[in-house]
Amino acid sequence: MSKYLLNKFLFMVDRDPELVERYRSEPRELVSWWEAECANTVLNCHTGEASTWLRFDDVEREALATHDHVKLFELGAHPFLTLTLFIALFERDNTEPLEYQKSYGARLAHFSMPYPDIAT
Amino acid sequence: MASIVAVIASTHHPFYYRASTATGEDRPPFADEWTRKILAFRETLTRARPDVLVMVGSDHFHQLWLDNMPQFLVGKAPYYDANWYNEEREFGLPRMLLRGQEDLSGHILRAGLDAGFDLAFSNELRIDHSITCPIITLRPEADLPIVPIYTNIFAPPLPQPKRFVQLGQSIRDIVQSWPSHLRVAVIGTGHLSLELGGPRQFGPHGPDPEFDQRAVEWIANGDLDECLREVTLDSLHSPGNATHGFMDFMLMMGVAGAGVKADYVDTLDLFHTMEAYFTWYPNGAPTA
Repeated sequence: MSKYLLNKFLFMVDRDPELVERYRSEPRELVSWWEAECANTVLNCHTGEASTWLRFDDVEREALATHDHVKLFELGAHPFLTLTLFIALFERDNTEPLEYQKSYGARLAHFSMPYPDIAT
Repeated sequence: MASIVAVIASTHHPFYYRASTATGEDRPPFADEWTRKILAFRETLTRARPDVLVMVGSDHFHQLWLDNMPQFLVGKAPYYDANWYNEEREFGLPRMLLRGQEDLSGHILRAGLDAGFDLAFSNELRIDHSITCPIITLRPEADLPIVPIYTNIFAPPLPQPKRFVQLGQSIRDIVQSWPSHLRVAVIGTGHLSLELGGPRQFGPHGPDPEFDQRAVEWIANGDLDECLREVTLDSLHSPGNATHGFMDFMLMMGVAGAGVKADYVDTLDLFHTMEAYFTWYPNGAPTA
């Protein structure tokens, strides 16, 4: 299990408008592509260098591929990263202000303190 | 030596810019009151006639990332670009360019290292809304050079609350030992109770109004003893999962000094979070 890699996916997709759109429209394909091509990128480093060991487990991959932000919360993905990206994905469908943000919180209502640990 | 002419602590609400500039049907009902409060708060900085701003904030996973995460970082650059694509996207924040005060950055780094803070530094730092929000609210001309100081309130393991206070106390001493005639304001932003990405987010108030009330009293009265007794890394989870940003308020209490009451205090109860604004004048309130 790698909270770090979940966070790295959320972080890298969120900062790239093209990836945001691909993740909205074809999440499973985007997750597969990203894991194969980007997961081992060493950020802020020379191109051509890469890590060799980073991969999702099946639960993590499925949570990302199904836009399952509740499962991501349970797995300890950083809530700020998840929220920010998912607002980018789905706020545009709002029919009233903050509709998505409120429903996002409501879907997490079954969690009580302490929340899943987010330390990486 | 330099003088600290104002110490300011504030929440940084990324929705203020959009709310305050919206017109017609897009303007939220709370925008007028919010703007009035911000203009009054802005005046507390303007009256102090600062030349330089030391800006304490926290990068929100923009430039600082988990592969290389500093706990405390000082920017040392002649310029700072500001705001990021996802802040334009979600909050409508404008791109900005701020001048740096490299001499003061270098002084803070040298003196901070010598005082026992192993400060990281950056010579190319793009700053985010934790610093640009107070520029927008307090100095929208964005005409003064800055020294950005980033703290990690975001990616555990975090420094202990007392460490934020100690850094604030050291920043005060260090700025006052800067060989310069310039007038410095130290401005820092954090949070009261806040939930982001959890079940208590975007409620009609902040997630823990009782914490907010106590926190405002601690800050307004400079009550560091009580604050440090009550606040731990564990306890900050209870008021809301992003409440560790309160430690930047504690840092600013360290700058202001233990037991020193704020000269200006205001709050605004908004949906999602309470806004809070504090100003101290270490040398006495400026005359008009």
